[in-house]
Amino acid sequence: MKRERLKEAFERKKRFKSKLKTYREKPIPEKTPDVPKGLYEKCNGCKTPVVVKELIQNRFVCPSCGNHFRVRAVDRIAITVDEGSFVEKGLGYITLNPLFQDHYEQKISEYKKKTNLDEAYVYGYAEIETQPCVFGVLDSYFMMGSMGSVVGEKVVKSVEYAMVKRLPLVLFIASGGARMQEGIFSLMQMAKTSGAIQKLHQQGLLYISVLTHPTTGGVSASFASLGDIILAEPKALIGFAGPRVIKQTIKQSLPEGFQTAEFLQDKGMVDKVVHRHEMKTTLSKLLSMHAKGGRA
Amino acid sequence: MNILDKEKKLEALEKELSRLDDEDSIQDIRIKIEDYKRRAMRNLTAWDRVLLARHKKRPTAKDVIDNVFNDFIELHGDRNYGDDKAIIGGIGKIGGHVVTVIGEQKGKTTEENIQCNFAMPHPEGYRKALRLMRQAQKFNRPIVTLIDTPGAFPGIGAEARGQSEAIAKNLYEMSQFGVPILAVIIGEGGSGGALAIGMGNQVFMLENSIYSILSPEGYASILWKDSSLAEEAAESMKLTSYDLKELDIIDAIIPEPVGGAHREPPKVYRAIQSTLIQALAYYDQQSPYEIKTGRYAKYRNIGFFQRFNYDNLKGVVK
Repeated sequence: MKRERLKEAFERKKRFKSKLKTYREKPIPEKTPDVPKGLYEKCNGCKTPVVVKELIQNRFVCPSCGNHFRVRAVDRIAITVDEGSFVEKGLGYITLNPLFQDHYEQKISEYKKKTNLDEAYVYGYAEIETQPCVFGVLDSYFMMGSMGSVVGEKVVKSVEYAMVKRLPLVLFIASGGARMQEGIFSLMQMAKTSGAIQKLHQQGLLYISVLTHPTTGGVSASFASLGDIILAEPKALIGFAGPRVIKQTIKQSLPEGFQTAEFLQDKGMVDKVVHRHEMKTTLSKLLSMHAKGGRA
Repeated sequence: MNILDKEKKLEALEKELSRLDDEDSIQDIRIKIEDYKRRAMRNLTAWDRVLLARHKKRPTAKDVIDNVFNDFIELHGDRNYGDDKAIIGGIGKIGGHVVTVIGEQKGKTTEENIQCNFAMPHPEGYRKALRLMRQAQKFNRPIVTLIDTPGAFPGIGAEARGQSEAIAKNLYEMSQFGVPILAVIIGEGGSGGALAIGMGNQVFMLENSIYSILSPEGYASILWKDSSLAEEAAESMKLTSYDLKELDIIDAIIPEPVGGAHREPPKVYRAIQSTLIQALAYYDQQSPYEIKTGRYAKYRNIGFFQRFNYDNLKGVVK
C-alpha cells in the first residue's frame, strides 16, 4: 500500500515537472503589473501612478508635479476644516424625477451607493482654524456635482442658515452645471440661488466661493460667480460653456491654458489662485479679517 | 410629416385660391383650407413647436417692439466694452405706461443673423441689459423683456470677458428690483441665456415658443450620445408652453393663430399688448417692497423634491 502511494506521488511529481517544462519553454508574455485597486491612482498631470497613501498625506496634490486631484466632499471637509468641528445640516432631502426621465432614479440610487451621499451637495457648521463659518461642498463624484432641485434647495438653505446664525459662508464648488434630467427645474435653481446670495449680501455677511476643478455651466453662472471673494485652485477648469462646445461652435482650436484658473485671474474674473496646501490658512485669514463686520 | 411640410401644403392651397376666380371653386377651396387647418394644424407635437419657435419668418423682438410699444427709443451700449447687437434695449410706451424694453434679437436673413450673432448675446449684451434695468429701477419704470435666444454665446471672447459672471450678476440684481419685470418668451428660450433677462414677476409664453435648459439636440447628445434623437428629446424635456404652465414655471400662455405667429402677426401683437397692459395694471397697485418680495418668493419656491426629517423617523425605524 505504502509503496503504491509513493509511486503515485512520484508520478504526479514527474507530470508536474514536465508541465513546468512546457510552461517554461513558452515565451513569457509581457504583462503590465497587476496592481490591486485602491493602492495607486493615475495622475492626470504627469501620467504616473501615485501611491494613494502619499496622496492623502499630501492633501490630494500629486507629489511629483503638483497636479490637484479631484476631491470628494468628505475628503474636502477633512483637509479644510478643523478636525471634528464639522456638523452636517440639512439632511433628509430626496431627489425626485420631475420630468419622468427614464433611468434617472436608478442612476441616482447608484450614485448614492457609490458616494455614500444623499445628493451632490453637503453643508453644515464648521470651523477653519477656529474661525466659525457655514461650510458647503459640491461633490463632483456625484453626477458631476450637477445642480438639480435638491442641490439648489440645499444651497439656499445653507445661505439661510448663515443668515440666521450670522456666520460667513464658504462654498467649495465643483460642478458640471445644471442637471439635465430635471430640465427646467434645474434652470430655475440658478435664479433661486442667485436671489438667496443677494439676500446674504444685503445682510452684510461674507461669502467666499472657492472654484475647483471643474466649475462650468449653470453653477458658474449663478452662485459660484457671486462671491465677495472668489478663490480658485490651480489649473481648475472654470467657464460658462465647456471647451468642447466652444470648439464646435467657433470651429477653431482653443489657446493653451484657456479657461483655467490662471487664465481667469489674468482676465480679472478670479481674485486669487490658491494652492491647496495654503487654502486653509488663506481662508482662516480672510475669515478673521471679516469677523466683527471687518473691524477686527 | 412635421409642421413645416404641413405649412407648405397649406401655402400651396392658398396659392391655388388666389389663382382661381369663379365663386364656387373659391368656396370649395376655402372650406378645404379651413378643414385642413382644423384637422392637421392643431394638436402639435413638441417637435412641431420647436420648429415653429425657430421659424425663419417668426416675429423677432424688433417686430414685437415696433408693433406693441409706441415711441420706442433704442439705447445702445453697456458703457464698459461695447454694444451687443444680439440684445436691443430702450424705452417705450404701452397703454399709458412708460417701460424699459429689453429683447433678444434674431435676424431674418443670414446677414442680419451674422450681425446680431444669431441672438446669442455676449457678456456686454447682458451688462447692457443690466444697465438699462438699473436705470428703470432709478426712474421707477416697469421692465418688459422679450426672450428669443438659443443661449448665451460660447466663444473665446465671451469666456474671457466673463459670460458666467454677467449672467450671474443679472440674476443677482434682478432679484432685488422694486419694479415689476414682465418676461415674454416669443421664440426660443434657451438655458441661462434666456433666464439672464427672464427672471420676471410674471413670465408669459407665446403658445408655440419653447423654454428649456438646453436645445433638444444638445440634450440628446449629452444624455443619449446621439444628437439625431432631438425629436424624442423635445418630447421628453417638457419644453412647450402647455407643459411649463402645468409645471407652474410660467404664468400664462399667449395664444397664437393656427399655424404659428408668423401667419398672422397683428393678432399676436394685439394679444401680447393686452396681456402686458393687464399685468402692468396689476402691479400698479403694489408697492416696490411687495413686488420685490413677491418675485423672490416665486423663485424661492421653485423646486421638485421631497424632504423628511430623520428625527421623526427615529421612533419608527430602529
